Amino acid sequence: MSKPSERVALVGSPNSGKSSLFNRLTGLRQKVANYPGVTVEKTVGDCILPSGKRIELLDLPGTYSMAPRSPDEQIVRDVLEGRRESTDGADLVVAVVDATNLERQLYLALQILSTGRPAILVLNLIDAAEAEGIVIDVPALTRKLGVPVLAVSAKTGRGMDRLREAMDAPRGNGHANGNGNGAAERPTDAPALPLPALLAGLNDPARGYKDVEAIVREVVRRRPKPDQLRIRIDHVLTHRVLGPTIFLLLMATVFQSIYAWATPAMDVIDAGFTALAGGVRAALPPGPLQSLLADGVIAGAGTVAAFLPQLVILFFFLALLEDSGYMARAAFIMDRVMGAVGLPGRAFLPLLSSFACAIPGIMATRTIENRNDRLTTILIAPFMSCSARLPVYALLIGAFIPDRHWLGFIGLRGLTLLALYLFGIVAALAVAWVLKRTVLRGRRPLYVMELPPYRIPTWRSVLLTIRNRCLLFLKRAGTVILAVSILLWFLATYPAGHPETRALEARAKTAAAAGHVAEAAQLEDAAAGAALRHSFAGMLGQAIEPAIRPLGFDWKIGIGLISSFAAREVMVSTMATIYNLESGGGNDAEASLRGILPGVTDDRTGLPVYTPLVAISLMVFFALACQCMSTVAIVRRETNSWRWPIFMLVLMNAMAWGASFAVFQGGRLLGWG
Amino acid sequence: MSAEAATAAIAGDPPKTQTLASVASGARARVLRIDGDEHFARRLMDLGMTPGTEISLVRRAPFGDPIELIVRGSHFSIRRSEAARIHVETL
Repeated sequence: MSKPSERVALVGSPNSGKSSLFNRLTGLRQKVANYPGVTVEKTVGDCILPSGKRIELLDLPGTYSMAPRSPDEQIVRDVLEGRRESTDGADLVVAVVDATNLERQLYLALQILSTGRPAILVLNLIDAAEAEGIVIDVPALTRKLGVPVLAVSAKTGRGMDRLREAMDAPRGNGHANGNGNGAAERPTDAPALPLPALLAGLNDPARGYKDVEAIVREVVRRRPKPDQLRIRIDHVLTHRVLGPTIFLLLMATVFQSIYAWATPAMDVIDAGFTALAGGVRAALPPGPLQSLLADGVIAGAGTVAAFLPQLVILFFFLALLEDSGYMARAAFIMDRVMGAVGLPGRAFLPLLSSFACAIPGIMATRTIENRNDRLTTILIAPFMSCSARLPVYALLIGAFIPDRHWLGFIGLRGLTLLALYLFGIVAALAVAWVLKRTVLRGRRPLYVMELPPYRIPTWRSVLLTIRNRCLLFLKRAGTVILAVSILLWFLATYPAGHPETRALEARAKTAAAAGHVAEAAQLEDAAAGAALRHSFAGMLGQAIEPAIRPLGFDWKIGIGLISSFAAREVMVSTMATIYNLESGGGNDAEASLRGILPGVTDDRTGLPVYTPLVAISLMVFFALACQCMSTVAIVRRETNSWRWPIFMLVLMNAMAWGASFAVFQGGRLLGWG
Repeated sequence: MSAEAATAAIAGDPPKTQTLASVASGARARVLRIDGDEHFARRLMDLGMTPGTEISLVRRAPFGDPIELIVRGSHFSIRRSEAARIHVETL
């Protein structure tokens, strides 16, 4: 495929239907990346024009003004003025406006035209405007502005062919009428502006709007009247009692679906990758290659793929909520509540999603416009107790917290679990409070936000959102996760062939040959345990023991902490391997582990390794520590730098260490150890 | 026009001015001037809240803040602390 010969930029305000138009024009030939050096996303796609010419279409961030107020708006301005090295301007600008409200939308459009770039004005949502009884005199507007004006509906596809033709037409001059005679030269120096007086007024909003009012009076017949349906829907959705109730019901549905409905699909994916690893083990002779493929590569790819069901479900809801216009109402309802802890209303859904998993939660923060607000939300999301912590909590609570009940239904185990969840929330809010006053301090962002009209989301946009997000995750975070999985596999597998491991393997073979199946299985588990204990991971566990001893952890727990960086729940299977229970002695590994943990003693002192105090210290550590390579990878992707994920890793682990230290040493002082 | 210019344009407050934060739900008002730094004033004016523009206050959010406005046919929400910097005359 040849490189696109021209770049066309779509510019418009946030609710102009710009992205639907982009989706219409590019379909599946689009991708999302980042502008270098900033967190702003760059959406580009290919579009084929009637003449067969391929152009690159750039969907610029929504903006209200050419006077930049945010990194997003700065990008728009830089591209239109050809100032960004990596984006070197645009050959044609398509200014998109919402035809239902020209009075507000033309203001930005005129600023765009004033840059002097060849431009087309698109009146999007023309069917909605007509339904409201608005008639726009398109030829008159074309004459007034001196650029081609087209009425389209990205939703139904009306007018799209004519738009493609207009984009295809030769452009001689910034403000040609679209009937150019094929002149190839495109003067880059400022073209003559058709309405110099009008354009000069755009540094002065009061004057700019006066000029817009004058144009609108001439070209729009029947001014828009208040949309009664919208007012009635708003009356319910932002009602004093019904509003918050509906909001909570919707949020509960989203949460429930990520938390529970994704599980069957995740189980299928998990089973698929397990079967694939089994196939590789059967097809290849035992050895480094078999181990690398089955335990490193396929296991890592399985970790990556298991996130997809949650991401698909979350982004399905997110696209529906955003495209329908509900998300703005949710922010309107929640601003006061979230504002109490210094976060925007839009932070609610990402944080809620993080109780299922921080990965979709962090990806959902993109609806938060302000950079500091978004970074704060990203950094506190991993404190929400995700579902991967649950197996660890279940193991330790089951093994060490007595099953005591009061009043018949209040159980000590349930209360412990609840306390861990609340602990995560309190830690998150405290961190947010501190971040907002230190590293992420800044002027309180303007809240002012448009409450857009309600629109029925299109399948096209919803599906494209899901597709783009999943591709981004796979490409940008998935690769990091896979690489770290392979590294962790290496640490747990090499150096191989320790004499203890060899001896146990030999005995297992002998036992198997003699037909002692149970004994052989036990010896194999012992060999796996020995292999792990003598691996690099085992050495690392020993190396970090002095650092975690004050928390009550021995080096075997240290191995668990290191390997659970793959995913927190890996802690359980790693501990099972360490204690020679890999296959669980025929039982569920977790159940056997729960049975033996209280009896585990220290090799040197002979004292129990695990006491209830150690278990609590370990759970506190898990509540706060960033033991999740996927979270690190996704923060890297969403912030477009390594700075923030490293900051998060250090901060969370320092907090975890401090809290566990306080719990363990404090508990010992009180004589609980 | 800068915020200072906007302020200067309406020197001498008319007697019955108030801020948008104290306008009742369902009432209409006309923008007189916007206090605060230029960044704030320019943003609101870019959204169409230029001096002389008519604003309708639709409702308050369920927890009392922010508030919803109609400006030039578009609906906006704005915090009360922000609305307190917009001086208006009620209509």
